[in-house]
Amino acid sequence: MSAEVVDMITVVIDGFEITVPKGTLVIRAAEKLGIQIPRFCDHPLLEPVGACRQCLVDIEINGRAFPKPQASCTIPVETGMIVKTQLTSAVAKKAQEGVMELLLMNHPLDCPVCDKGGECPLQNQAMSTGRSESRFTGVKRTFEKPIHISTQVLLDRERCVLCARCTRFSDQIAGDPFITLNERGALQQVGIYENQPFESYFSGNTVQICPVGALTGASYRFRARPFDLVSTPSACEHCASGCSLRTDVRRGKTLRRLAGDDAEVNEEWNCDKGRWAFVYTNAHDRLTEPMIRDASGELRPASWPEALAVAAAGLAGKTAAVLTGGRVSVEDAYGYSKFARVSLNTNDIDFRSRISSVEEDEFLATKTLTLKTSYRDIDRADSVLLVAFEPEEESPIVFLRINKQVHKRSLKVTAIASKLSIGNEKLKSNFICVAPGLEAQAVANQELTAKSVILVGERASESVGLLSAVVALAEKTGAKIAWIPRRSGERGAIAAGAIGQLLPGGRLVSDAAARVDVAAVWGVATLPTALGRNAKEIISSVNEGKIGALVVGGIDPLDSEDHQATLAALKKAFVVSLEIRPSAVTQLADVVLPVAVVSEKSGSFLNWEGRARAFDAAVADSLQRSDLRILSMISDQMKKPINLSTVKAAAKEFATLASWDGASSTFTSCAPIAQKKLSAHEALLTSWRRLLDEGTLQQGEENLAGTARKSVVVISPKRASAIGVVDGDKVRVSNEHGAIVLPVLVEMIHDDAVWLPRNSRGSHLLATFGVASGAVVTVVKD
Amino acid sequence: MSDIQPTRRDLGLEAVQSAPVNNDGPVSFGKQMLGFWVTFQAMFKKPNTVQYPEVKEPTAPRFHGRHQLNRHPDGLEKCIGCELCAWACPADAIYVEGESNTEENRMSPGERYGKVYQINYLRCVFCGLCIEACPTRALTMTNEYELADDSRESLIYEKMDLLAPLQQGMLMPPHPMYPDMNDTNYYKGEVPGSHPSQEVAHD
Repeated sequence: MSAEVVDMITVVIDGFEITVPKGTLVIRAAEKLGIQIPRFCDHPLLEPVGACRQCLVDIEINGRAFPKPQASCTIPVETGMIVKTQLTSAVAKKAQEGVMELLLMNHPLDCPVCDKGGECPLQNQAMSTGRSESRFTGVKRTFEKPIHISTQVLLDRERCVLCARCTRFSDQIAGDPFITLNERGALQQVGIYENQPFESYFSGNTVQICPVGALTGASYRFRARPFDLVSTPSACEHCASGCSLRTDVRRGKTLRRLAGDDAEVNEEWNCDKGRWAFVYTNAHDRLTEPMIRDASGELRPASWPEALAVAAAGLAGKTAAVLTGGRVSVEDAYGYSKFARVSLNTNDIDFRSRISSVEEDEFLATKTLTLKTSYRDIDRADSVLLVAFEPEEESPIVFLRINKQVHKRSLKVTAIASKLSIGNEKLKSNFICVAPGLEAQAVANQELTAKSVILVGERASESVGLLSAVVALAEKTGAKIAWIPRRSGERGAIAAGAIGQLLPGGRLVSDAAARVDVAAVWGVATLPTALGRNAKEIISSVNEGKIGALVVGGIDPLDSEDHQATLAALKKAFVVSLEIRPSAVTQLADVVLPVAVVSEKSGSFLNWEGRARAFDAAVADSLQRSDLRILSMISDQMKKPINLSTVKAAAKEFATLASWDGASSTFTSCAPIAQKKLSAHEALLTSWRRLLDEGTLQQGEENLAGTARKSVVVISPKRASAIGVVDGDKVRVSNEHGAIVLPVLVEMIHDDAVWLPRNSRGSHLLATFGVASGAVVTVVKD
Repeated sequence: MSDIQPTRRDLGLEAVQSAPVNNDGPVSFGKQMLGFWVTFQAMFKKPNTVQYPEVKEPTAPRFHGRHQLNRHPDGLEKCIGCELCAWACPADAIYVEGESNTEENRMSPGERYGKVYQINYLRCVFCGLCIEACPTRALTMTNEYELADDSRESLIYEKMDLLAPLQQGMLMPPHPMYPDMNDTNYYKGEVPGSHPSQEVAHD
């Protein structure tokens, strides 16, 4: 990184000199001196607007004073500037008090019922820099309250101080200009467009940055006061973006989550899923005690010693495999990895509970851990190429980061996909429309430079040859690759070796030196040498009788391509399930062991950059144990201990194994396939998961589900006229396994393709079709 | 007379001699009777003793006794669940959870009511900061002081134990607000009592 030369300017604020870079706003320079100028509209990540006028200060430049106090949030520092804030200037102090009095004139005195009460900038600044008494005796302006601007955001217009933070956020950061300021004068108010609710994936941020209680979240409304809550810095478990969060807990129950402040990752934002989808942690059906299947085939509650004994006895002497699921923390993944090798003596472990391919196995084993791309690279990129990746739906903070650069400097974004998504429209992407399965050719034709970034999603495994094409393109042009999975635990699971070909730290199972190295740390004589099977092979091996037992973490059989086979395998094998709530796996498991959710344990995730996102237990006195602790107890029972009883111990041991400069393998590329022949009513399926859908971790939050995008079938205008449908007509999409009937939306999509949401209401592709992309389906009018 | 031996000489303590007891022999009868003077005096005073619990003296009018959650004249609760009482409490004796009023389930005027309201009398120090904090005059203190009990559970008073009884003209919530009145009218005391339209059938 080259050091940029910045002009520095020295100004005097309240008699103190400070030198700041040119372009710094006066209010920011004052902050550096520790001088707090009151403000409402000013936000460091939004463009200055000067809407609230609360930050008035006296300014003179080279002896010439401004005739009136000026808004310090809009004026950049200049040479020779002398600033007097409310601390040294009676004029500035009086001006601020006057503005505060005017703001409070129409502000209702309903602090006792307002959610912001106790953490309200207006309350605090009225106390610190306002007049002690109001001279206003008239009747306050009132509005109907509250109005739902979406199912999860409520608006009390009479509390609003018209700072325009929410509208500026929606416009500049999220790119969803669904809210705006209407009317003029005293009646000016925040409003939504008619028939268009505030259905942004980032609407929760407006609630967080609202400096008064005008925008509140429906889920947290009237639930608690700031002094009731115990706040813990934490990390988001939903996607691989790796947002830092603040989790607020009242009496052992998570009541809300706020975006944490991390300039390198999520800045100060997060998505609505990360903010509101935590109700599952408080679900009434959480598993609290171990269960074992008795002789009659029914699950019955058991004590921990009994359940552990049954689990250990069932696993001992059988060929066993481990499926961890993609949502494990690094420490838990490390526990699974060590448990598989040490206690089960196998490399058959896979974290993927999604569609995968042999090509992806290869890519993950050889490439992923060497990728060093970060959010900063997106900031500096000359162009971004999106391959099998919809940032807004699959990693929303990546979307915000790209959008920021698009907004700031018109960053060139190219998307290779079969359907133009809403997110790509917002990014003004150069959309390269290809038939599903033929992305590889389009990737090969891209012109990139060494400053370009290729963002490739986990769905790349669904298109043969695509990952190979991406690797080849990067090698040809020098562009950086970032592999961005959807789930938060996948990158960490690779690093921890929860995959068949790798031991912790990217050591190859096939490398004898690496095995010796790991065996020494683990204190065992040898490690299994056979390459591990992937999830698909593990399932088929169980069904063929080659594997007799499974240790299963958080997976949903309906996420696999052939869920019938997965369910059959779970039925056939001896299954130890580590779960938080009853699921399709626990129904078939022989031993069910309850585990802690993310708010009940400490640990860390690796986000797509490979950056550790550590979190602490937010619920301090939870009785739930982490996966790691339970695996350690089973291994003790099996007399093949992994000796990892605490997260700290696992983190420490993993740190000693985290890097490896020994042998690594090279990527073998894979040739793309030819296009399939289609008849008139046939189409190639393409799909992705939406951010807000019917995912397990979003269950129970109705307000959030209310802002999910509607389920539709998307077809091209050509196909629409061929089958004679217009927007809103019902269309039937089917293959030999099942059919889905949904309203149609005619949009920009490849003529050979049909798009459906992968796991939304009324559209569960893997469960219905057994495929999610690239397969031939029939599309007819219903 | 023995010396008092210190147990911790290492701290520099030294033995001290205990003070001698003066015993100058028996005192005269007159002097002994003088010692009972206060007792004799009290025998002719009106006794202060109250035969509690048979007889109960009224307390001072503003005595800080058990709390009460008041109602508006039509029976709706005054408490809005704002938790300011809990915030003010120096002993952390009050626990409140708020909830939204709905048209079907209206417990108080306005948007919010207190769903859970507990005062822990094992902790309460009867300082009265909570009633000073209450913005709606929902929480006041009665003169009731008989709060002894034999279990911890029974000394945590729930909302039902604290709510004022229904008086003439009041209806048991949930029920709608007085017609053509809003929460401001309620706070200003402009609601005279319940209105026939507020009567709703409770299952």
